[in-house]
Amino acid sequence: MPTAAIHAHELVKWFGEGDAKTNAVRTVSLDAYCGEMLYIVGPSGSGKTTLLSMLSGILRPNAGTVTIKGQDIWQLSDDELAEFRLHTVGFVFQDYHLFPRLTTAENVAIPLILKRRPWAPSLSAALHYLDIVGLQARAELPPIKLSGGEQQRVAIARAIVGEPDLLIFDEPTASLDGDTGRRIVEFVRTHVLNETRCIVIVTHDSRIQEFADRTMTMEDGRITGVVEGSSRAQ
Amino acid sequence: MRSLLTLAYKLLVNDRAKFAALTVGLTFSVFLMVQMTSMFSGILQRASATVVNTGAALWVMDPAVTTVANSIPMPDYVLDAVRSMKGVNYAVPLYSGAALVKLNTGVYQSVTVIGLDDTSLFGRPRLLDGHIEDIYGDNAFIVVRDAEFGKLDRPTLGTAFEINDHRAVVVGIAAVPISGLFGIPTLYTTYRRAIEDIPSMRYTLSYILVQPKTGESIADIQAHVEALGYRALTADGFMHQITLFYIFQTGLGTNILIMTVISFIVGLSISGQTFYTFILENLDRFGALKAIGAKARDLVYVILFQALLTSLTGYGLGVGLCALLIALAKLRLPDYSATITYVNLSLALGMVLVIAAVSSYIGVRKVIRVQPFDIFRG
Repeated sequence: MPTAAIHAHELVKWFGEGDAKTNAVRTVSLDAYCGEMLYIVGPSGSGKTTLLSMLSGILRPNAGTVTIKGQDIWQLSDDELAEFRLHTVGFVFQDYHLFPRLTTAENVAIPLILKRRPWAPSLSAALHYLDIVGLQARAELPPIKLSGGEQQRVAIARAIVGEPDLLIFDEPTASLDGDTGRRIVEFVRTHVLNETRCIVIVTHDSRIQEFADRTMTMEDGRITGVVEGSSRAQ
Repeated sequence: MRSLLTLAYKLLVNDRAKFAALTVGLTFSVFLMVQMTSMFSGILQRASATVVNTGAALWVMDPAVTTVANSIPMPDYVLDAVRSMKGVNYAVPLYSGAALVKLNTGVYQSVTVIGLDDTSLFGRPRLLDGHIEDIYGDNAFIVVRDAEFGKLDRPTLGTAFEINDHRAVVVGIAAVPISGLFGIPTLYTTYRRAIEDIPSMRYTLSYILVQPKTGESIADIQAHVEALGYRALTADGFMHQITLFYIFQTGLGTNILIMTVISFIVGLSISGQTFYTFILENLDRFGALKAIGAKARDLVYVILFQALLTSLTGYGLGVGLCALLIALAKLRLPDYSATITYVNLSLALGMVLVIAAVSSYIGVRKVIRVQPFDIFRG
């Protein structure tokens, strides 16, 4: 029996009030497991990004709970939640959000710096993770000198430098061509996923679905289907 | 914390164009603020030159006197009355007035004449050349060697000229701590010769310089002098009165104040706008930092540090530039009256800190409001 990394119970989220009220997520429950790569797919406006935000401690639900490592994260204060995200969750954003005025290594070191680690050891650790993603030679370049795929790998290095148990990918291949996107996700599957780590990916991209352990489909704020992916079957 | 501030530093200075714009704007603003207030300080300092140079603890004068240069003569009995007051150690007369000197070249030159008490010579300047007792000689005058010295054709001991049609001979060359405000040379002589040589009103006593027995007796002396219908001010009080006169009764203070406020607004506008643009350009990244786990206060530290760093850099450069230009100006124009005081520096520092506070407040407000969820929503 795999260990549950995330246990979400009856999550509800709406935006606005009265006539303007929009139900983004309607009573969604799910479990994600350590060692699993879970995809959430669905059309635009189906609520998958809202769900991802609630799972990762970014957006407070109107109802329901999210338990990670035995902790109901929505019982935490804002500061405790920030601390929780810093130590437990790694994010790879759709647009990467790398600082163009910092070097690649400095960008990767940011989570460690936020943890108040000294500058030099943080940069050393960043170099190690850049090595893992194959970009150590580019450590001193600013991100704007890198290709889209390389920037994505820098974002991955930044996400894993703090050794989080949960990795959140928001449309990781949206800004990449087909081959590059596929290679990136394959790299994540091979080098980033491990038995203590859970990866949740929100994507539209059907070309990368072969790497999923499970794929949940969302429509109109509900999970409408769960498909066991080919990777787990292998 | 140090690594976080290093990160803030790199985010700021690596954006060279914005950092340069911020620094240049603040430097210019601080330069103007310090320059304006320094000019005013220089003017005020020179306006009180006689008070400083004489060194008396207490000055007795007509109540209508506003500046040391505009003395209103008092009758001689006031001197006797002051001398008889309890708490007065000694009191001496001082003459301060204007005269016209005719140089050997035939050129006329206005001068300030200070007439010292014949007996004590209280308030005499430090002599660079000559002997003080020579001041008792016939037609003897001491010339102050300051920025205006050249206007008397750089006289030496024994140089003769006419002062109000009386013969005058230079018997000493002196130095004083502060030159006068009005750009004219200063001559010292005895009180008796001053009132003989220089046409004056019925009364001749410009000021009475008083040395109280103790500091505690000053208030009593001031009360007694007031009962006589005159006013006694300490040296600091007199200088304060002169300062108030220039601030409130001439357009000078208002103009300087307006220029200083304009400089402040220029600095605030440049800094505020550039800093705001800097924050806006990085807003999504600050949101990403929040998503990663940065607390709001981490980002506040980053922004405060950046605002403070640019402000203090601009402050240092602005003060340095101002000091350099004043020094260069004084090389060419020795009587250029600008003095950087601790008050000027503190005022400019206070204003630059306000600029930093306002600029960072704008940025902080923006960054605190950004939600990490907005980053996911794009």
